[in-house]
Amino acid sequence: MAHPIQIILTRQLAGYLSVPTFLVDPNGKLLFYNEPAEILLGRRFDETGVMPAEEWSTVFAPIDAEGRPIQPEELPLMIALHKQRPACQRFFIRALNDVKRHLEVSAIPIHGVQGEFLGAVALFWELSD
Amino acid sequence: MRAKLYGTRGSIPAPGPETTRYGGNTPAVLVCAKNGALLVLDAGTGIRRLGAQLSAATTRVDILLTHLHMDHIQGLGFFPPIYDPAIDVHIWGPASSALPLEARLSRYLSPPLFPVHLRDLPRVTCHHVPRSKFDVGPFCILTSLVSHPGPTVGYRIEGDGGVIAYMSDHEPALCLRRGQWPGREWVSGFDLAVDADLLIHDAQYTDAEYERCVGWGHSSYRHAFEFAAYVGAKELVPFHHDPDHDDEKLDRLLSDEIRKVKPGFAVSPGCEGAVFEVGSP
Repeated sequence: MAHPIQIILTRQLAGYLSVPTFLVDPNGKLLFYNEPAEILLGRRFDETGVMPAEEWSTVFAPIDAEGRPIQPEELPLMIALHKQRPACQRFFIRALNDVKRHLEVSAIPIHGVQGEFLGAVALFWELSD
Repeated sequence: MRAKLYGTRGSIPAPGPETTRYGGNTPAVLVCAKNGALLVLDAGTGIRRLGAQLSAATTRVDILLTHLHMDHIQGLGFFPPIYDPAIDVHIWGPASSALPLEARLSRYLSPPLFPVHLRDLPRVTCHHVPRSKFDVGPFCILTSLVSHPGPTVGYRIEGDGGVIAYMSDHEPALCLRRGQWPGREWVSGFDLAVDADLLIHDAQYTDAEYERCVGWGHSSYRHAFEFAAYVGAKELVPFHHDPDHDDEKLDRLLSDEIRKVKPGFAVSPGCEGAVFEVGSP
């Protein structure tokens, strides 16, 4: 079954951006991340494929500035998913190629014209320390 | 089901001696079930003549609007059944995040753009199209938002053992990745058009015109043919002709594309007055 047009167009937009972008469905299933995000996350999307929220929220081992692990429910994209509101946070990840990166992540829920919840999208910004 | 094209032109009416065969009226298509139930697809200027040809026994008409751009609603005020107290007219269209359908249509059907208020029409009811299948008489209808600026839907109409897909304004080529069609779940309108017996689809542009109009919500002939092949349509009717394309040019675009592509499906010109029988006879 085809995704809603808002999700299709969001993926299409992400494909034309230099901003790393990460798109999930209403259940948190990873649908797509773009080439700039592939660089940050250390693996091509074709290699990771779709991934459940339980996996992507832990596989990058997010930690805060003090080195404490960030719980999945505290991640901006999880907040956008579960509370259906925008969220923004700075934290560190361990990319899949073992590179540590300092990111600022902004996530928003995607609501259709009738308010239906369709998923969420996160934009990553790498911070220079 | 029988589908008859009463308006096939996109953007603005284009009457004149150079458009007599394909027609100058903007979109309006009549779909009749074997039991006499009617659907009207879009309310462009073609709906005026369509309305004048309805049977005197008609008591209900359902108009399915794809969206509210002017070329798709301009004929509404000239559709006789909306003034007839003996006919129930149901207008279906996409919801928006701001105003209900009736309020948005009233921007046109009210002074100073039109002398009559929509609210004063005797038996007209507006509905937002549901996000799941719904039934209108013998028709089972599936809609979804498609790639076109502003809330715009396409329709899949199942009835009498056949399927008509109507996607008058649609730019699925925005879904292409490096020129290739992605998986079906990433193609706008796939669920509406898959395996349709008859696909009435936007084909406004030449390839060169499309390059100048990417993102405007329309398709080239090439993209319409590719989409039809991708969804497995059995017959394609190119539709929503550019107002600057005369009969001669439209003939040429169609024959050139057929020669290039050698499609594995039937292709029929989208001419005003064309009739298509779909489903069981």
